[in-house]
Amino acid sequence: MSKERIQISEALYDIMPSDYQDLVKSATYGKEDRGWKDIGTSKELIEQHSLCAGCPESMAFRYILASLPNPEDTVMVGSTGCTSLVFPMVAVHNIHSLFGNQNAIASGLKRALSVRFPGRVKDVVVLAGDGATVDIGLDMTLQAWFRQEKFTTICFDNELYANTGGQESGLMQKGFVAKMAPVGKLFDKVRLPEIARESGCHYVVNCTVSKPSLVEKVIRNAVHIAREIGPTYLQLYTPCILEIGKNSMEGLQEMRDSEKPTERFAYKEYISEPAKQLLTELAAKDKERKAAAKQLAAQAQAN
Amino acid sequence: MSDYRVLPGPEHFLPPAAASMGIRLPNPGQAHINGVITSEEDAYDEAARQFLMAKVPTIFPGPLVLWAWNEKAAKKATAIRHLFNTLKECVQPGQKPMLIPMPDYRPKYPKINPEVEINPNHPNLTIWHNKIDCCIFIGVHCHQANLSLKIIRGGTSCYTIAMCAQAGHEDAMLSFRDASVEKIMRLADTIKRLKGTVQPRLASANNGVSN
Repeated sequence: MSKERIQISEALYDIMPSDYQDLVKSATYGKEDRGWKDIGTSKELIEQHSLCAGCPESMAFRYILASLPNPEDTVMVGSTGCTSLVFPMVAVHNIHSLFGNQNAIASGLKRALSVRFPGRVKDVVVLAGDGATVDIGLDMTLQAWFRQEKFTTICFDNELYANTGGQESGLMQKGFVAKMAPVGKLFDKVRLPEIARESGCHYVVNCTVSKPSLVEKVIRNAVHIAREIGPTYLQLYTPCILEIGKNSMEGLQEMRDSEKPTERFAYKEYISEPAKQLLTELAAKDKERKAAAKQLAAQAQAN
Repeated sequence: MSDYRVLPGPEHFLPPAAASMGIRLPNPGQAHINGVITSEEDAYDEAARQFLMAKVPTIFPGPLVLWAWNEKAAKKATAIRHLFNTLKECVQPGQKPMLIPMPDYRPKYPKINPEVEINPNHPNLTIWHNKIDCCIFIGVHCHQANLSLKIIRGGTSCYTIAMCAQAGHEDAMLSFRDASVEKIMRLADTIKRLKGTVQPRLASANNGVSN
């Protein structure tokens, strides 16, 4: 699996827009150890996005797309929300589902891909906002976990309905007043990470996207565990800077403030026993691969 | 048989699907011109004439030929390049043939650069920007081709031709079916044969822009 499958016809190469030429020349499809460090040295799988200036969601998108272990054989399922404005600019197969329907679509898709491509690893990753995941689509989210569907669910948690003007969502914190929720939220933020654990997810993480290396780690873990064992869930804080009254350059600081040990996005992780075992095996294999590569390099230098 | 004719627009904002107006697709070995079933021979001649008359005759290759999925796709791409080169050789001064790709179907709104690409979700932008008055779609999946052809018919006066690999497109003004390398080469040959037999509509061209 690699860029061999993504080639431009030679006779028409010169007329292809440069972003497509760059994708073929220097995107990291097929690269075994791809990650956030490729950003800046290779073509990213996201073109210009249409999110607001400084939106942390755009950072999250960049880190996630750089970290997917198998982008050429990954299908992402999105839903209505700010994320759906970005997917047209993403060079990974993706499906836009009805609002809230994303985990149901992903369930069918994952099963169909297993039947259609039995010998090939095909990853499915759901990426939706908190409205789609926790409010409108909670039924589909939970049912997919109960059924132990083998895909990753990522929730971009901005704690409200951002692109419709700031309505209250289940993941909004208690007491928060938004433009379209003037009374303030009356009940606590829904504890979806805990619910995910109890619903059968094998890997659950609650964090912000302030650290690209952390995002890379959790994405890789989540996709590998979902591939082999069962459902995984990542809840990533991507604050809507407009709706919480911040400036474009303040998104990163907002995330840093919210991930302090006593705050609601302090790093929280749950790994099931089978998932722990898998991660240990993967780490051992990775170590072996790196040692072999090092040895080869040393041999080449000696010759 | 329907009285409806698939003619250059602008028809109106939401033109009816030609199929809903009773236009049917050609059988193998046939083509259609303006919705009337005709022989392939006539269609080659008419397509060539339209290209030779146009101020900005344009080829829009789609993902099925732009990307080298297989050997056949690569061969079609080579044939399309030959068609474009032939067109360039056969037009008169003042005519400006173009080759503009439709690399994929993502609705890249509003990032589309109409100078370098066409997008099926707003093809009129590329038609308007480049003042295209005759175009041919090759290697575009049927659904996206139909969508584009309808939008173009709705908002521009561009003459549309489809070189379809399946059963043809009733929403184009002229459509071939079962596209192959041979058919693309034959269209190029016809353009060469009819070179100089028709006059380009340079003075009267309204540049595809009609609203």
